[in-house]
Amino acid sequence: MIQTLFGSVPTQPSLLERLKSGVQRTRQGLVSQLETVLAGRKEIDAELLEELEYTLISADIGVRTTTEVLEIIRQRVDRKLVGDAGELRQLIQNHLIEVLQATERPLPRVTTPPAVVMVVGVNGTGKTTTIGKLARLYREEGRSVLLCAADTFRAAAIEQLEIWGQRTSTEVIRQKPGADPSAVLFDAIQAGKSRKIDYVIADTAGRLHTKSNLMAELEKMRRTASRLIPGAPHEVLLVMDATTGQNGLEQARRFTETSGVTGIVLTKLDGTAKGGVVIPIARELNLPIRYVGVGEKPEDLLPFEPEKFVASLFEA
Amino acid sequence: MFENLSEKLQRVFKNLRGEGKLTAENMESALREIRVALLEADVHFRVVKQLIENIKQKAMGEEVLTALSPSQQVVKIVHEELIKILGSHQSKLRFANEPPTVIFIVGLQGSGKTTTTGKLARWLSKNGHSPLMVSVDVYRPAAREQLSVIGRELKLPVYEGTPGETTPADLARGARKEATNTGRDVVLIDTAGRLHIDEDLMKELQELKGLLSPTEILFVADAMTGQDAVKSADEFHKRLGITGVILTKMDGDARGGAALSIRTVTNQPLKFVGVGEKFDAIEPFHPDRVASRILGMGDVLSIIEKVEEQIDQKKAEEMQRKLLENEFTLEDFRDQIRQLRKLGPLESILSMMPQVGILKDLKNVKVDEKEITRVVAIIDSMTPQERANHMIINGSRRRRIARGSGTTVQEVNQLLKQYAQMRKMMKSFSGGFLGKRLGKMKLPDILGQRL
Repeated sequence: MIQTLFGSVPTQPSLLERLKSGVQRTRQGLVSQLETVLAGRKEIDAELLEELEYTLISADIGVRTTTEVLEIIRQRVDRKLVGDAGELRQLIQNHLIEVLQATERPLPRVTTPPAVVMVVGVNGTGKTTTIGKLARLYREEGRSVLLCAADTFRAAAIEQLEIWGQRTSTEVIRQKPGADPSAVLFDAIQAGKSRKIDYVIADTAGRLHTKSNLMAELEKMRRTASRLIPGAPHEVLLVMDATTGQNGLEQARRFTETSGVTGIVLTKLDGTAKGGVVIPIARELNLPIRYVGVGEKPEDLLPFEPEKFVASLFEA
Repeated sequence: MFENLSEKLQRVFKNLRGEGKLTAENMESALREIRVALLEADVHFRVVKQLIENIKQKAMGEEVLTALSPSQQVVKIVHEELIKILGSHQSKLRFANEPPTVIFIVGLQGSGKTTTTGKLARWLSKNGHSPLMVSVDVYRPAAREQLSVIGRELKLPVYEGTPGETTPADLARGARKEATNTGRDVVLIDTAGRLHIDEDLMKELQELKGLLSPTEILFVADAMTGQDAVKSADEFHKRLGITGVILTKMDGDARGGAALSIRTVTNQPLKFVGVGEKFDAIEPFHPDRVASRILGMGDVLSIIEKVEEQIDQKKAEEMQRKLLENEFTLEDFRDQIRQLRKLGPLESILSMMPQVGILKDLKNVKVDEKEITRVVAIIDSMTPQERANHMIINGSRRRRIARGSGTTVQEVNQLLKQYAQMRKMMKSFSGGFLGKRLGKMKLPDILGQRL
């Protein structure tokens, strides 16, 4: 089932397959390394734990989370609760699933459309591409969608969104480059209201979370949205590149502070990067991961499911 | 997160402090923390392992310098080791003997290739070259349009191609021909972002390289990249033989440990860093600065150098004594501000500070230079007696001072209040660690008061 702002819809059976293929590289990487680590070893010794540490860290899970996971294992080993190396994998897996599950929360119900979805993130993570994919996803569910070109800063960002609009037969509300993003959002929400559109998805300019003036601009957009529709924006998606290292945590923290992030889209999982930084993000900020991006085609956006994600990481 | 990291390092060094020299034991705990720090900075784990090994060897073999505390010595060793990897000198762009020089800009999606192409074009034209840009990204929606917009903004030419030129090879060849015809000496080729495991697209780049024999192939990497940096850089290098690296988005707060990883795995020099969204926000790469940043030290070394250059040692000692004996007058306060201002704009000094301990809060202090001028003016408007003994400044004196300095009584009151608080605070500092360290630097004492 895909959770949407309007409830659940059944998914096509191919989704799981696609999720699997999407995380295959992640899985292959981690599993093959883990298997190298685990194979042929029964005893859990310091050397094994050290190798496990390296394995987890290389997935960008971060030193702190890795240390804590291994601490749990150490304790169980001490208490003779873990007999062999094979059980280690299960323990790590369970722990990571727990971490991700703890962030799960239902999407807010939107009784009177449009639902306003803001898409934010640092430069180059794939916000515009994700919006194109989201538009397709919502359209597939039979919803009407309006795109809002509120990245008025980057050269040709509006044109890029318009091409995605054409690809997904979705209208784009735009103004001139350099226009006030809040003004574009205002227009888009007004248009959405009068045309009884289900979803207004707003693109925003990429910005580093350390730039307070640009972050304030996002706050202004939020205020604009909530003035037009109480409770809007209903969803604020932080798009994060799977290649991102430990800085991802700080990104998530700052964007959540200023723009009220409600979920994460993890993109570029079709590469060799593992995107493990979502684990510390889940632990520290309790942010759910909503979708994963696994390619450049419109259909390359999949719902994120903790069990399946972690299972795909660890199952052969 | 990074603050905590730096604090950890600081703690280790604090632990090491007071212990006369580096020993096997205290070195172990320092190394453990350095390892964590490097990993949190996104340096690849194998690179970290090698580094730690080198540092250990160095540290144990090092003679104990009397001038430095063990902690300073460890910092020095680590810092030097990082610089050794990053390259001890700046690496310049190379140009072909026979123009036009062809430069490829390659990298993963979203690393900042197109923006970097614009920045490089501007930088080249400022440095006496006449660049021609071309985008051969025929895949991403509006990618070529993006470069054209940038070209218009910079008033630098972008080769748009003829309607018949639809492939990257056509466009690149067309651009080179155009450059020859119009006397442009550098052709910057902005390529499509691609995954290093995308066989077709990597092949395309190899073919492009064969066709155009570029002088430079610059790999653009995001400073926020994690452990995967090694894999992508390695693959790009294996397939193309990159000749340099540009690290982008360094204006954020990412530590940029990827720089070490990429440098180690490719052995190619870092040539530039991107430090902002504006097209002049590109700088030649400084190994020492990036090394400090990876360590989360801020540019402490530069601060210390600056302070040493600017601050009269005798005066500093005198100040220290006064602080201890609570004889710190408004006159001294003003001296201190003046010395501080000699160091340069406060914003830039603050940005060089490590985000550690009580200094952490400084990051968020909005420094208003005008306000500092106002403070100096207020003190200037006092009589020598008033400066020596702030207790005599009554209501009518306050009014006079306000008039004399063009401020208000409220502002005078505020300054006096801050000064009184500061005396109190400094007294408590001066006994301990902070007093010794910070008293010497003379920076946070004033800044902590949020003038």
